[in-house]
Amino acid sequence: MDFAPSFALVLPELLLSFSGLVLLLVAAWGGDKAGRQIAIAASAALFVAGLLIVPGLHFGTEGPESLAFGGLFKVDSFALFAKALIYLAAIAALMIAPAFFASPSAGTERAMRAEYPVLILFSSVGMGLMVSASDFMSLYLGLELTSLTSYVLAAILRRDTRSGEAGLKYFVLGALASGILLYGMSLLYGFTGGTGFAAVRAGLTGEMGTGALFGVVFVLSGLAFKISAVPFHMWTPDVYEGAPTPVTAFFSTAPKVAAVVLTARVAFEVFGGQVAAWQQIVMFMALASIIFGALGAIGQENLKRLLAYSSINNIGFILLGLAVANTQGASAMLIYLFIYVAMSIGSFAALLMLRAEDGSLYETFADIRGLSVTRPAIAWALLIFMFSLAGIPPLLGFYSKFVVFQATIEAGLVAFGAIAIAASVIGAFYYIKFVKVMFFDEPAGVVTGKSGPAHWVLLGLAALIVSPLGYFLTPSLAALADKAAASLFLAV
Amino acid sequence: MEGLPILSLMMCVPLAGAAACLFSGANAARWIALGATLVTFALGVVLWANYEIGGPQWQFTERAAMFAGFSWALGIDGIALLLIMLSVFLMPICILASWDAIHKRVGEYMAAFLFMEVLMIGTFAAQDLFLFYVFFEAGLIPMYLIIGVWGGDNRIYASYKFFLYTLLGSVLMLIAMFWMVAEAGTSDIPTLMQYGFPASAQTWLWLAFFASFAVKVPMWPLHTWLPDAHVQAPTAGSVILAGVLLKLGGYGFIRFSLPMFPEASAQLAWLVWLLSMVAVVYTSLVALVQADMKKLIAYSSVAHMAIVTVGLFAFNVQGLEGAMIVMLSHGLVSGALFLCVGVIYDRLHTREIARYGGLAINMPYYALFFLLFTMASIGLPGTSGFVGEFLSLAGIYQASSTVALVSTTGIILGAAYMLYLYRRVAFGGQTHADAAAMPDIGPREWIMMAPIAAAVLWMGVYPESFLAPMRGDIAVLDARLAAAAPASDARLAPGTPRAEAANALHHHNAEHSAAGEGAH
Repeated sequence: MDFAPSFALVLPELLLSFSGLVLLLVAAWGGDKAGRQIAIAASAALFVAGLLIVPGLHFGTEGPESLAFGGLFKVDSFALFAKALIYLAAIAALMIAPAFFASPSAGTERAMRAEYPVLILFSSVGMGLMVSASDFMSLYLGLELTSLTSYVLAAILRRDTRSGEAGLKYFVLGALASGILLYGMSLLYGFTGGTGFAAVRAGLTGEMGTGALFGVVFVLSGLAFKISAVPFHMWTPDVYEGAPTPVTAFFSTAPKVAAVVLTARVAFEVFGGQVAAWQQIVMFMALASIIFGALGAIGQENLKRLLAYSSINNIGFILLGLAVANTQGASAMLIYLFIYVAMSIGSFAALLMLRAEDGSLYETFADIRGLSVTRPAIAWALLIFMFSLAGIPPLLGFYSKFVVFQATIEAGLVAFGAIAIAASVIGAFYYIKFVKVMFFDEPAGVVTGKSGPAHWVLLGLAALIVSPLGYFLTPSLAALADKAAASLFLAV
Repeated sequence: MEGLPILSLMMCVPLAGAAACLFSGANAARWIALGATLVTFALGVVLWANYEIGGPQWQFTERAAMFAGFSWALGIDGIALLLIMLSVFLMPICILASWDAIHKRVGEYMAAFLFMEVLMIGTFAAQDLFLFYVFFEAGLIPMYLIIGVWGGDNRIYASYKFFLYTLLGSVLMLIAMFWMVAEAGTSDIPTLMQYGFPASAQTWLWLAFFASFAVKVPMWPLHTWLPDAHVQAPTAGSVILAGVLLKLGGYGFIRFSLPMFPEASAQLAWLVWLLSMVAVVYTSLVALVQADMKKLIAYSSVAHMAIVTVGLFAFNVQGLEGAMIVMLSHGLVSGALFLCVGVIYDRLHTREIARYGGLAINMPYYALFFLLFTMASIGLPGTSGFVGEFLSLAGIYQASSTVALVSTTGIILGAAYMLYLYRRVAFGGQTHADAAAMPDIGPREWIMMAPIAAAVLWMGVYPESFLAPMRGDIAVLDARLAAAAPASDARLAPGTPRAEAANALHHHNAEHSAAGEGAH
């Protein structure tokens, strides 16, 4: 077997794994003092890996030439689109980290542990494997690599009890989800006799037996855990609140993209012949996520917790695109993911800029009262992100809802779409509370600290993308997403 | 003016002004905002001067496929032209009204107003369904901030209520829009206005649009956000809210509900009539007992807008034209009345009617303007209110005499609450020393009031200037509705036929008296 084409296809993963190993050695000898340099090197590696996928993304890759290692991996446009987003989100998570770990909020350590960038790198490798998996074995490898690094990242502040608690909760519940997923996979293997996506799909034709149906449901439940869709969302607020803020920013972007894309691939490539079996499950998860994500957020005082519920809410809208079960829906999902990543990175960058004079961070509503008077730039940026998350035009968040709902209605799911869009108004309630606290209330005047250039760059870029100017991106974004979605359905 | 994208230009000027205001000091921001709105108004005058009456239905069209999913398509007909003129006319006045009243965060305030102006022009000029929605919905952001940051004591409740009410109404409309575009295969508004949607679907689509526009107009019982928003908003916010934002609802009916779903409109006309009748009587009675001036005028707005909806759903030329004139007239008059409240609020910082009295003695010019606008609100002949209300009621009388009968009580009740308000504020003895010591209106307030007064009288004495641009469009709409119009219970006996149609374009005066006779 000639492995050269296969290696060429997984070149970004090879590069990232290799840099991860080298940087791990550097970390072992250089210690935490080298943390910042390692982070810069890791960002550079991610950036180069991102450049490597540009040609494939631009010209589109699909069909047999996108298969690597005898069908274990599939590096098609759909995977490449997701990888581009994952690498961008990972770079952002590296950019915002050093300033946070140097602040008193990071506990007594007050320095970025050198393992942080290395873990992000390995996590990115895992996510790259996840999105291009086309066999349950490679799927599980990628998923576990991502999960294991995530558990450690959540608990990286070793002396901080909240961080430790987040890590432990994430680990226990994540392990449970992995177990459910494995069980589902074993059932499918038993009933179809294969682990490759194509083989399982071939075995699932016609009337499905109860056992196979259980397999489908278990696999989807396991994946729903990873994307934190209701009713498997309960870990999200606790983990988001407890984990260090840069890690939360990372969790709410890159792994979400990877898990959503993986779910879509499994739904279409493996269960594509049995749409009726999973469409209702996804529709339920979508509606439940939108409604519970919105209702759960209403009473929250902690901003990180609120953003956790917001991410559950957004997952609901993304799942709308999946529930439609056609190319247009898949394309809408990818567009939504892109805009969601931009909004999330921006919101978390803004959250990390809410610093006191000594650099410690604020994270409740009470602290950002009257922010528009004391720190107008941050307040206006947050205003843009919050209205955008609420889906109010002319901000780009409206466009993400626009494509998803358009796909829903054009597929004939009118009542479903109407309920979902009415539920989105509940979400608007707490997003505008953000604006109310920042703009209408008397200043608390506690946010006085300065922020570094990395935060400002990220905040500015995200705000620019989300602002009405972002609409000029939509033609190229839609073209890329259409190409990616088409490559997913070509396999079917 | 061939080739000059004047509509885009009219939106760019305030947008640039808004960006500049955001980064300027208080005084600079005021002048920048005034300059930008005046330039936009000047462009509006150019627009009107170049609008070819009797020319193509859609003029000044611009089209650019800039975005995925929808395009940057602009263009206006006579109806949109007049509403754009109303917006750009009121805007400099709003800026002047906020000149001294706003002290905190002036730059952001002016930016919000200028951004609002961009959105209003965009809403009226949009020729793409989704572009319309973007502009229509985006207005929530600046208005939420204007009420919430610069509003009164209970501003937070009012801003939430305004935001969520309007949002819930609009999202259902968006769903209907997706369905329509999927069905018709285009999001081009002129095409959709001629498209025949299946009658069974029309009912649902109509109801979805109704959910949005009925909140915006607002129609009873969805009007409760309006008094709260009006009372808490700063003066200029109330002017824009009453002057232009309420018209978005009426514009929505005339642009979308009626031409796109004529059968459903006819089928559900009873609903609109019923809600309008309740609104006219109920909100007029509520207005009668208000102790707060702004609240009184807010309730009167609901009653006047009910006359608009009645006229729109009369399915004839008089009703449609009357509804349009009431919208323009109400935009001017209620805006002016809010300015009148603002003038004395700036001096005494209370809106309580009982704290004033005898202002005609120490503020004679103010009392004069206030009287003129009060009369216009009542619908005194010679003012704009009369023309609009008369035509609307004449229109609805042909469709349903019962509705006309009930709606006409609105005029009487309107006279009651407005005159009662005027008597308590301007006449009588000077019971409070501080109210008696207030100075008369200054030059800035003259500049605010005089143009509106002139426009009100112009529209009252020679409405032809305002009827002519939209006559062709109303005729097209009337023709589209003719097949579906509900059976009338008060069809007039045909007299000797005229030589020409009532909406023929030449010899205006003869036509005018003919319309008057026809409605007896």
